[in-house]
Amino acid sequence: MMSRRVFVKSGAMAMVSLGFAPSFLARAAEAATARKKLLIAIFQRGAVDGLNMVVPYGEADYYKLRPSIAIPRPNAADGAIDLDGFFALHPRMGALKPLWDNSALAIVHACGSPDQTRSHFDAQDYMETATPGVKSTRDGWLNRYLQATGSDTSPLRGVAVTKQMPRSLQGHAPTLAVGNIESFDVRGGMGAARELETAFAGSSDSLLSGSAKAAFEAMRTLHAASSGRYQPAAGVEYPRSPFGQALQEIARIAKSDVGLEVAFTEATNWDHHVAEGATQGQIAQRLDDFSRALAALATDLGDRLSETVILTMSEFGRAVAENGNRGTDHGHGNAMLLIGGPVKGRKVYGKWPGLGADQRFEGRDLAVTTDFRDVFGEVATRHLSLSPEALANVFPGFRPGGQLGVFRA
Amino acid sequence: MRTTATGFVILAVIITAPAVPAIDFPAGRDAVGHALNRLTYGPRPGDVERVQRMGLSAWIDQQLSPARLDDSALASRLPAMPAKPKTVSSQQEARRYGREAVQVLAQQKVMRAVYSERQLEELLVDFWFNHFNVYAGKGRTSLFIPEYERDAIRPHVLGKFRDLLGATAKSPAMLFYLDNWLSADPEAAERLASQQQQRRARAGLTAPPNAQQRKRGLNENYGRELLELHTLGVDGGYTQDDVINVAKAFTGWTIGRPQPLGRRAQGARRRPFGQAPPAMDMDLGDAPFRFARELHDTSEKIVLGHRFKSGGGMDEGERVLDILASHPSTAKHIATKLVRRFVSDDPPEALVARVAARFRETDGDLREVVRAVITSPEFFAAREGKMKTPLEFIASAVRATGRDMTDAQPMLRALQQLGMAPYQCQPPTGYDDTAETWITAGALVTRMNVAQQIAGAQRATEIGGPEFQKR
Repeated sequence: MMSRRVFVKSGAMAMVSLGFAPSFLARAAEAATARKKLLIAIFQRGAVDGLNMVVPYGEADYYKLRPSIAIPRPNAADGAIDLDGFFALHPRMGALKPLWDNSALAIVHACGSPDQTRSHFDAQDYMETATPGVKSTRDGWLNRYLQATGSDTSPLRGVAVTKQMPRSLQGHAPTLAVGNIESFDVRGGMGAARELETAFAGSSDSLLSGSAKAAFEAMRTLHAASSGRYQPAAGVEYPRSPFGQALQEIARIAKSDVGLEVAFTEATNWDHHVAEGATQGQIAQRLDDFSRALAALATDLGDRLSETVILTMSEFGRAVAENGNRGTDHGHGNAMLLIGGPVKGRKVYGKWPGLGADQRFEGRDLAVTTDFRDVFGEVATRHLSLSPEALANVFPGFRPGGQLGVFRA
Repeated sequence: MRTTATGFVILAVIITAPAVPAIDFPAGRDAVGHALNRLTYGPRPGDVERVQRMGLSAWIDQQLSPARLDDSALASRLPAMPAKPKTVSSQQEARRYGREAVQVLAQQKVMRAVYSERQLEELLVDFWFNHFNVYAGKGRTSLFIPEYERDAIRPHVLGKFRDLLGATAKSPAMLFYLDNWLSADPEAAERLASQQQQRRARAGLTAPPNAQQRKRGLNENYGRELLELHTLGVDGGYTQDDVINVAKAFTGWTIGRPQPLGRRAQGARRRPFGQAPPAMDMDLGDAPFRFARELHDTSEKIVLGHRFKSGGGMDEGERVLDILASHPSTAKHIATKLVRRFVSDDPPEALVARVAARFRETDGDLREVVRAVITSPEFFAAREGKMKTPLEFIASAVRATGRDMTDAQPMLRALQQLGMAPYQCQPPTGYDDTAETWITAGALVTRMNVAQQIAGAQRATEIGGPEFQKR
C-alpha cells in the first residue's frame, strides 16, 4: 500500500529544507503506532428535552403532564422505540437502535448538576468547567484532563470542531478549534506564512503567541497526515447538517492518527419553549439529525470504535409538564448517551427518581440522582488514562458518588 | 429670565460634570492611538494626527454627542432596505422578506462600522444590540430586526437605560424572540378558548381538531432573561419565584396581531382543491406592541420584595421595569459589561464601582456612564489584553487600508467564518467579549487569510499579524 508514513517522510524532507524542525512529524509517526484512547464529547446546547429523547413510557405522569407533546408508547402507531420495558427512544432515533442491540449504547438518566440554576449560560459553564456553582474556574474539564495526563505540546490531543473554542477545552494545555481541515491553511505562499509565524512567535501576548504556535504546528501535522477530500467508510453517509459535517471532520482527524485524545463538538437548537412537537415537529427533526449523525460516526470509525467513547451532554433537562405554549421550560435532570466499544451498553444506568408530584425536583422537574461529574469521572478514569489519584485535579472539590459501572472491565 | 439663565447654568453643570475627578488627557501618539483603537472600529490613515490636533478631550466630547457630527457621506454607502410587503400570502414569502431584510441590515452594519463618522455610537449600537440580543433565525423575529435596531436600540444608546429597557420590552422582535407574545395567564386563556368555542358552536361550527393544543399559558423565557441578562445579572439576587412573578406581570404584553403565521399557512395547505389560497391580511409593517388585558394574570404578585396588589394590568410590567432599572445590581451588571468592553477582560473592581455609582446618581444616563468609563485613568492605563472581536478585526482592517469598499458581502462571509455573523447569535447571551473566545488557533488562521483578502499581499502580514489583533 501507498503508506501514509512514506508521505509523512517526504513531507518531513520538504519541511527540513525550509528550516522547520520536524519534531512534530516524529510525533505524528509515533502517535500512529501507539493509538490513544479517544473521547468524543458532544454538547447539546440549549437543553434538550431528555424526557422526549429517552422516554420513560412506564410513567403515567409523563402522559398526564404532557397532553400534546408526549411520545406514544412503543406499541402505539409511530410509538417510541422500546429499550427495556420502561424506557424507550424517540421514534426518530431509530438509527441508534442497532448500537443499543449490539450493547454499544448505554444511557445515564436523571443525570445532571447539583447546582439549581436554570440559566443556560451558567449551567453550560458549570458543566464545561465541571465545577457547578463555581464561576471563577477559568479552564474546562477536558483541558484539565489534558494537563493532567501529558506534557505533549501538540494541540491535536484536544480538538474542537467548532468556530470558537468551547469552554470545555479552554485552558493551558494547547488545543485547537477548527471548522474544517481542508481549508485549514495559511494562503499567500510559504513566505507570508513564515513571516507571520515569526511575528506571532515574537509577540509578548502569550494568548497570541501560544495560539499561533499551536495553529502552525497543527497545520503541518494535519496536512502531512490527511489531505484532499475526505472519504468516509463505505456506505456511511453523514447528514449534510452542520452537526453531521462536524462529526465527519472528527472522524477524519481521528482516522488520520495525529494523536487525537479528546474531540468536542456541539449540536444546537434544543430550546423548545414553544411548539416542541412530539413524534413530528421541532424536536423530532433535531433528534433525527442528531441520531443519524451519531450512527454515521460510529460506523465510520470502524474498528476504532473499540477504543472510542462518544459522550453526549446537555446543560439541564426540561420541566416534566409542558408549558402553556406546547413547549417545555427549563428543568433539571437529563439523559446522557455513551456510545462505543468500551461501553457496557444495552442498559439505562442511574437511579430513576420517578415523575410523581412528590418525586419531582421543586415539584416540576426530573430530579437529579447522578452527578454529571460521576459520569465524566468514570469516562476519564475507566476509559481514558486518568489515574484515580489525579481525579481531584480534573474535578476540584468533587467527592465521587460511586461507580456507575458503565465500562467493561 | 434670570431663573431661566440660572436653570441653564445648573443644567450645564449637571450635563458636563465629570464622572470622576478630571484627568489630564494624554496627548501622545500612543495614547491617542489607544483611544482610537478602543473607541472606534480602528484608526484610518491620518486619524491619529487629526485627533492629536483637535485634542483627545474634544474628540471624545464630539463622539459622545454624535448628532452633532456630519455623517451624510455614509448614506450613499448603505444598501437600500427591501420594501416591507403590506401583506403576505404565505409563510415562505414572509421568511424570504425577513432573510433579505436581515441580509441588507448586516451589510449596512459593516458599512456603518467602516465608514460612519459616529464611531462610538456604532460601537454602542453593537454593544447594546448584543446585550439585548435577538436572533434572526427564530421564527418571525427577523421581520422585525431592522426596526428593532433602528427604533428600540439606536435612539437610546446614549440616553436613559430605562428608556432602552422599555423599548426592547415592547419591541415585536424581543416579544417574539423570548416568547412573551405567547405568554398568558393559563386560566384567562382557557376562559377565552371556551368562549370562542361557544361562539363557534352557536354559529354551527365544530371545534377545530387541535383546540386542546391551542391552549396558552405562562412562558418564563422573557422573565428569566430580563432578570439574568438584561438587568440584574445572574448573581443579582433573584429567585425562581421572582422569575415566575415577573413572567406573570408581563402576561398580555404581546403584539398587534397575535395569530401565528404558521397556522395561517397550515390553513392554506388544507384548503379544498382548486380554491385559491386566502391572502394573509397580516400587515408586516405594523405589528405594534399591544397589551391584551384578557390574557393578563391579575393575581397578587411579589417581585423582589415589592408587593403587586391583585387586579393590576399593564402597569405591572412597567413597574417591574422601573424596579429593575433602578436596582443596584443592574447598575453593577451594566458597569461591569461596559468596563469589560472598553477597558479589560478582567474589569477592575474600583472602576466598576465608580461607574455603577455614576449609573445610580444619573438615573442610568448612559452618556454619563460611558463617559465615566472612557475618561477613567484605568481606561488609559489598560493598553494590553483586549483583543478585537471578528467584527472589529474586519472593520479595522478595511479602515486601516483606507479602501473604498462598495460591497460588504465578502466581509460578511468572513464574519460568518469567524463565528460572528451579525444578527445570527442564537442564545440570548449575545456574542462573548473576551479574548479567549476569539483568539484561538483556528480563528487566527482564518484572520491571516482574511487579511490577505482585505489588504493584499503587501500589508497582509501586518494586518494578519499579532499587533493588529489587539484592540
